[in-house]
Amino acid sequence: MDVLLNLAINGIATGSLIFLLAAGLTLIFGLMHVLNFAHGALFAWGAYFGVWMYANTGSFLAGILGAIVIGGLFGWLLERFFVQPVYGNAMAQIQVTMGLLLVLNELIKVFFGPNQLSVQAPEYLDESWLVGSVVLIKYRLFVIAVGVLVFLGLQYMLKRTRLGLIVRAGVMNKEMVQALGINIKKVFLHVFMLGAGMAALGGMLFAPYAGVIHADIGMDYGILAFIVVVIGGMGSIVGSALAALLVGVLGALMAFYVPSLSLAVNMLLMFAVLLFRPAGLLGR
Amino acid sequence: MTTLLEVEQIETHIGQYHILQGVSFKAEKGKVTVLLGRNGAGKTTTLRSLMGLAPISAGSITFKGEAIHRLPTYEIARKGIGYVPEDQGMFPDLTVEENLRLAMRRTDRAALDRRDWIVDLFPDLKTFWKKPSGLLSGGQKQMLAIARACVNDNELLLIDEPSKGLAPIMVERVMGVIREMKDHVTVVLVEQNFHMASTIGDCYYILDSGRTVHSGRMEELKANDRMKKEYLGIA
Repeated sequence: MDVLLNLAINGIATGSLIFLLAAGLTLIFGLMHVLNFAHGALFAWGAYFGVWMYANTGSFLAGILGAIVIGGLFGWLLERFFVQPVYGNAMAQIQVTMGLLLVLNELIKVFFGPNQLSVQAPEYLDESWLVGSVVLIKYRLFVIAVGVLVFLGLQYMLKRTRLGLIVRAGVMNKEMVQALGINIKKVFLHVFMLGAGMAALGGMLFAPYAGVIHADIGMDYGILAFIVVVIGGMGSIVGSALAALLVGVLGALMAFYVPSLSLAVNMLLMFAVLLFRPAGLLGR
Repeated sequence: MTTLLEVEQIETHIGQYHILQGVSFKAEKGKVTVLLGRNGAGKTTTLRSLMGLAPISAGSITFKGEAIHRLPTYEIARKGIGYVPEDQGMFPDLTVEENLRLAMRRTDRAALDRRDWIVDLFPDLKTFWKKPSGLLSGGQKQMLAIARACVNDNELLLIDEPSKGLAPIMVERVMGVIREMKDHVTVVLVEQNFHMASTIGDCYYILDSGRTVHSGRMEELKANDRMKKEYLGIA
């Protein structure tokens, strides 16, 4: 039972990180119908830039803020100069964002070096509590808390703010949103920046979680985020949250009980979901 | 008579097709101008071109003396033009209230009063205020689409086939509302239902194969059986 509980906490924490990456991806796809393969690179840049800030200021919070800012900035650059010209052209989007993924990954090596970086959580998050025989690692609980806060924040934004109203309407009928006098391009840019900022935040939180980062984490986790978006249903934040939890917890359980299946489990899950619900868990 | 909207020899291509090949008309302030024509004559594309949704390749569109044909759609709408598309342009998952709130460009007291006044014209909308608009009937959706276009202090309304797919009793109700609105706003109406259009229109333009082929006062068209038969297929 204790093992199960520990595995569940590990899985939920991993799910939180994947959710941060997948939420932006699903918002961007749902609203703009853009397949952003460069999204994973923003995760990696968030990790590297955040860790760099953390190392240079000694403040973990500064590292988090730095990651969000660099993510938002890259989001602005990418949307404004690379993605905007290819709206409506899926093939060009794949080519452009794939190219960006490779370039941004190589730029990490240029700026931060090709070697892996070791990262430790700050002291106040580096301890654990023993509750009965269950070990609760503070940092994992912190990651879960951030994931929950971001999820609630996104839900609030979507349900209670004008930006959220426009985003929900834009997913259904972009043309009509514009005909009501709303500059949808500006909204696209804001959503892209928001998604990029969340991906970068996910990257920064991932660094102490994994203990070591390398330039290709964007590729690895980018694919995982795509799987989560497909399982959850493209465009659905709640679907992505559910799918991220499923992938995280199932991954943790499989890695412990059936290690040989741990790599295949995500694909099998996606296969099973698509077989019975081709639009994903909460997709339309 | 003040001309609010002037469309001059506009041409529009959609993909490889040359849909509009010279459409011209004027909308006088306070009047209902009706665009008539058979299926495929270019009526819907004309309204879409006015809104910048199908950009024109030649000609000009002037609203209140200002050329608007190079502006993006959202800026055209902000000039004071409300648009009710043929498919009503619903956001089915948004409630009736959210559909209207989305359209509102201001939220001060005067804007809220105007919204309440509009909603009073459509009592059905109040009943479904917090329900997703996708649950409304065809007629109710049409009413919401018109209310949404009127919720701002727009000077011009572009309405595309409001009677399409509606039961006769609903058509009457929708027309009643447009009649009421015409005291407050100039209307350009695309309509295939000539009987309905003739009861509400002040002047008409007939489109055929993407061109304006005839125009005049609605009273004249009503009396001209030959023209009705030739261009509208009405015996």
